[in-house]
Amino acid sequence: MSFILLVEQILNGLQFGIMLFLMAAGLTLIFGVMGLINLAHGSLYMIGAFAAATVAGYTGSFVLALAAALAAAAIVGAIVELVVIRRLYDKDHLDQVLATFALILIFSEGTRWLFGSFPLFLDIPDYLSGPVTLPGGIQYPLYRLFLIVVGLLIALGLGALITKTRIGIQIRAGENDREMIAALGIDISRLYTLVFALGAGLAGIAGALVGAIQSVQVGMGEPVLILAFVVIVIGGIGSMKGALIGAILVGLTDTLGGIFLPELLKLFTDPATATSVGSSLASMAIYILMGAILIWRPTGLFGAKS
Amino acid sequence: MKLKSLMMAAMAAAVVLPASAIAETKVGMITTLSGGGAGLGIDVRDGFLLAIKQSGRDDIEVIVEDDQRKPDVAVQLADKMVQAEQVDVLTGIIWSNLAMAVVPSVTAQGKFYLSPNAGPSALAGAGCHPNYFNVAWQNDNLHEAAGAYANSAGYSKSFILAPNYPAGQDALTGYKRFFEGELAGEIYTTLGQTDYAAEIAQIRASDADSVFFFLPGGMGIAFLKQYRDSGIDIPVVGPAFSFDQGILQAVGDAALGVVNTSQWSKDIDNPTNAAFVESFQAEYGRLPSLYASQGFDTANLLISALEKADVSNADAFRDALRAADFDSTRGDFEFGPNHHPIQTIYAREVIKEGDVYTNKLIGPALENHADAYAGDCQM
Repeated sequence: MSFILLVEQILNGLQFGIMLFLMAAGLTLIFGVMGLINLAHGSLYMIGAFAAATVAGYTGSFVLALAAALAAAAIVGAIVELVVIRRLYDKDHLDQVLATFALILIFSEGTRWLFGSFPLFLDIPDYLSGPVTLPGGIQYPLYRLFLIVVGLLIALGLGALITKTRIGIQIRAGENDREMIAALGIDISRLYTLVFALGAGLAGIAGALVGAIQSVQVGMGEPVLILAFVVIVIGGIGSMKGALIGAILVGLTDTLGGIFLPELLKLFTDPATATSVGSSLASMAIYILMGAILIWRPTGLFGAKS
Repeated sequence: MKLKSLMMAAMAAAVVLPASAIAETKVGMITTLSGGGAGLGIDVRDGFLLAIKQSGRDDIEVIVEDDQRKPDVAVQLADKMVQAEQVDVLTGIIWSNLAMAVVPSVTAQGKFYLSPNAGPSALAGAGCHPNYFNVAWQNDNLHEAAGAYANSAGYSKSFILAPNYPAGQDALTGYKRFFEGELAGEIYTTLGQTDYAAEIAQIRASDADSVFFFLPGGMGIAFLKQYRDSGIDIPVVGPAFSFDQGILQAVGDAALGVVNTSQWSKDIDNPTNAAFVESFQAEYGRLPSLYASQGFDTANLLISALEKADVSNADAFRDALRAADFDSTRGDFEFGPNHHPIQTIYAREVIKEGDVYTNKLIGPALENHADAYAGDCQM
């Protein structure tokens, strides 16, 4: 296990974590402000990727594709909030899960109806493709570095939005006391639509960014959604800082676990068993992490004390 | 079409044969038409229905149902087809885990099952059944051919990876059965994994001279795009499942020049195949994939058997199936003793024809290849 490989894997874990953060940020925002469990968040991720692939196919521009992903997911998010989600705020969580699960099915089959069953093409633009050499002779794909930088910039932007702006104050107030901010004359339903669209837009842009190196296909959002839920449970539901730390923890655990657990087991057993047991353990690693953190802090790392 | 053929059958029965009903064969197709793996099921269905349509026979009724890639749904559909619809023949399942849930029970109830795709080793060896015929391949076959191709290409050190589930383990076993070199590394990834940065870093750190991977569907698209972007230039080989017509367009340039193994290619030179490719394109407006060719061959096998024997006479019908007396899109086609194909598996290379990515035949990787489990089959 060389030093170069280790650094490369840490960068991989970081990049994975930051993309998870974009998904988890929207989820935790929506749960924190509206108290809503939104299973359809993965569908918004898929919508972002499909919008990006379509626009990139017509215009060839990656920047336009990203803008389209953001816009399409945010607009669909706003429409869904107005038409469906709005009726769910005072229902219990089971009703929300049922209704948003129905949305997953509607979005998946609707996307298939529009785009067909075969995966779409979305590629990295030429100016971001290929590897770069980092100090120490590490070869690393430029696009993955780009993902880390863009993700961190979005995280900073979100932090500034929530701590420094008027809308951020309203969001934080909404998390603390919904009735009180309504009583203070703030249009709470407009705020909800805005927060939902913001979360949806983040998911959409994550879908487009990740879609360029993965496959743009129906159902691509659901595996990420599960990880995003793990992230917000670890970070503490409703906490933006928790989502960032949780996402990076999950990203690093998942990436490094997949490499080091089989290697570690090889010290004790034969290589074939080590490989199969190690990779099984590695796929459990993030859930073990979640379990351990919940035992230590039942509300998550940055969750409000109940 | 179903209503029309029923009415015609009813009219014929009423007018021509008032005493006995006309023989109609009911085929139940359970396949994946929604969810992530739908492209495969749609291709199998379209190939199958195209062959039925071309045969001009309106006494074959095909009932198509969607299993959503879920074993429990597939089992429910199979029960419904056997008990309520009273089908004679079942077909269509794409995934090995679904086949394992459905096939043993329907063949035990005396129905015939013709597999257009899944070929789990358990059904080829000790678990074989006289009423089970596989028209595609035994799961290990294409991977064995990849191992044989790696030998002939002069590779001596392979890095191999596959998802951690039964077909993934079959894949690496199959490759290792024929590959004579040593392994630079062996990784089981998570099923459904979409980010391969960690695995690619390990490939870069290894001293491999070739990479073998079995990552069907979206997993393969993600791997190939990320592999190309990593700048590693170790050659890649794999089975056709990551290079079929449906997904090549989504992989794009990253797949160009990659050698993959398949029992079928659109440029295999025989009249049946040329007619199939042309008529499939005319009917559906896209190039056929290997899954479509498997669906097409399955239907033609069924039609050839129906021409010789009625499905109600099970022994005669089984003999007619075993004879495999039909023109296959792959050229010569025959069944081994365990009802799995003995066939030539080719190496293909990904090329670009105009704007379309597709495969070009290089040559045979394994000729007249039978599977490794036939000896365990007692029937």
